[in-house]
Amino acid sequence: MTASASAGEIAAFVDEPGDTRDGERVERAMSAFVKDFGMLAAVYLETCVHCGMCADACHFYEVTKEAKYTPILKVEPFKQAYKREYGPFAPVYRLLNLTPKVTFDELERWQELLYESCNVCGRCSLVCPMGIDIAGLIAEARHGMAAAGLVPEELLPRTDADRSVGIDFAAALGELAATHKIEIPLDKPQADIVCMLFLVDLQKYPKSVVAIARIMNHLRLSWTFSSRALAADNLDFVSGQRDAERRVNRKLVDATIAVGAQSLILPECGHAYEAMRWEAANDYGKTLPFKILHISEFLAEQVQAGALVLRAVGKSATFHDPCQVSRRGGAIDAPRVVLAALGLDVKEMSPTKGTNWCCGGGGGVAAIARADDLRHKVFRLKMAQIEDTGAELAVTSCSGCRRTFDDGQAHFHWDQTMGSLVELVADNLAAVPA
Amino acid sequence: MTLLSFARGIALEVATMVFVLGIAWRLVGILLLRARRDHSAARRHDAWKGLMMTATRSWPKKEFIGASGFVEAISYTWHLALFATILLYAPHVVLLQNVVEAFLPFPVVGRILFYWPTLPAGMIFFLASLSSGLLLIAFAHRLINPVKRLISNFDDYLSWLLTLAPLITGMAAYMHVGGPYQTVLAVHILSVEALMIWFPFGKLMHLFTMFAVRGVTGVLFVRKGAAT
Repeated sequence: MTASASAGEIAAFVDEPGDTRDGERVERAMSAFVKDFGMLAAVYLETCVHCGMCADACHFYEVTKEAKYTPILKVEPFKQAYKREYGPFAPVYRLLNLTPKVTFDELERWQELLYESCNVCGRCSLVCPMGIDIAGLIAEARHGMAAAGLVPEELLPRTDADRSVGIDFAAALGELAATHKIEIPLDKPQADIVCMLFLVDLQKYPKSVVAIARIMNHLRLSWTFSSRALAADNLDFVSGQRDAERRVNRKLVDATIAVGAQSLILPECGHAYEAMRWEAANDYGKTLPFKILHISEFLAEQVQAGALVLRAVGKSATFHDPCQVSRRGGAIDAPRVVLAALGLDVKEMSPTKGTNWCCGGGGGVAAIARADDLRHKVFRLKMAQIEDTGAELAVTSCSGCRRTFDDGQAHFHWDQTMGSLVELVADNLAAVPA
Repeated sequence: MTLLSFARGIALEVATMVFVLGIAWRLVGILLLRARRDHSAARRHDAWKGLMMTATRSWPKKEFIGASGFVEAISYTWHLALFATILLYAPHVVLLQNVVEAFLPFPVVGRILFYWPTLPAGMIFFLASLSSGLLLIAFAHRLINPVKRLISNFDDYLSWLLTLAPLITGMAAYMHVGGPYQTVLAVHILSVEALMIWFPFGKLMHLFTMFAVRGVTGVLFVRKGAAT
């Protein structure tokens, strides 16, 4: 079966060309920023005291010591615009020119800070003594940048396939099923569980797709992939294109409801988790009629219920926390429950869990070629962290992180390969309990 | 009209009006903005744990102590010394009682609400000196540290100056230096009034928003199970 979309659906996805007046683009940026966040953004912007401590939590600052990478500076134009145009004392600020008017050139310069040197990993939000969610503000600033047409080219979906449209999923999954001699259900009319995958996995990590099928079949669950919503990728969520992001989320929600599923299992993907787990219901406008789990949460639930029994691997391992799943998503303990069930001797990194360093590739940074040098500097932090553990295996639950590790491994000729939690589980399934 | 009677009279009234109305205007301006309803299924319903962040964020996580411990130690110490200077000096408490009496319909309420033990003047002088010294260090750090220098603006420098001025003039009045006592006292009161007038417009407002922000962020993060 081939997923397809009408011309109208495609047209709605196309980004506006950049021939709008600069002033108007600035206006759009600011109104998109303020409109979305409302009171919360306002109180955050009103409360910053410029202590600069957020810099100490940011890996881009940590590895370069360049002040321009200070997280709160990344929203400075939006902060200026808020105070000058929208804040309670905006007339006073304008009259006394206490904050200058934001220009289009300024926004253009800020593209580097908002996209190339920020993974929206949220580590800065943990150090702010005021309690400001700086990463949340940066995500909102990206909405503003998108409204102004200032998303880096690499983060703009350019083909249908970038938005999972027009791909022959049936053929792709059929080929995998034949190669690995496994049943991969697609478009079952009814199922208790809908699984999704990360589009990149189909090409780069097909074993992880097979692993999902192997685990679900092993557990004898009623499940299916849906060609209407096979890929949970949401590049628009990453780039800040709010309307397009909503359409993607809505498509995935509708497809899950159509199957009558009680659960939607998301793949090893950080941004898909943040977009679906915490935003889809808001895009839907009400509580969803099904629950959403990251695959690591699902595996942990099955382990804890006694349904999933695993063979002991008998090695030591360290776990890389994907920022959007762990620090910002809350699934911090779930992968560790699974690692324990695998009999692994877990050697935690320092820092770890909620304060773990980001791999440097998230938030779209890995896709932006001109950010490569900076990203590789950040990756050195990650290599040192992992080497310091002395663990035999390195495991994560995000294919985006995994790609960043693969790239870093190749760049530095490193001997450590980042593994996938779901693949490790699929490789060590024990007999199903009676 | 002497400078002191001006400072204690019309200037104090104007400063108090700007202070109160300005703060109210700014808070109402924020609170009138749209608050988004979250339809996602909470991982955890534990608002109390979220609200605990109002306290726990006062101390950096161990992972950040090395990097931010110095700034936090300086900042919290000068803040605490400043608040002790303002609130635990007997003449300040009497002034607060008088101001509240002037505004409240039942003066006795002011007497009851603004009555607490005070510290000896010598100890207050020490605390004011400590606060001033640390404010100077904080200022030097703002100038020297590349991050703070880059992100600083007019508000940061004016707020610093207007916070330091009452401490310096207050100590001068206590020590009877810098001119006739009544003139120095008038300058001290006027410096406080300048601080009150600027307060609603700049970063000093974090006194009123900081704990609310910590609490809101804490509740939102705990709801997701995210790291706090």
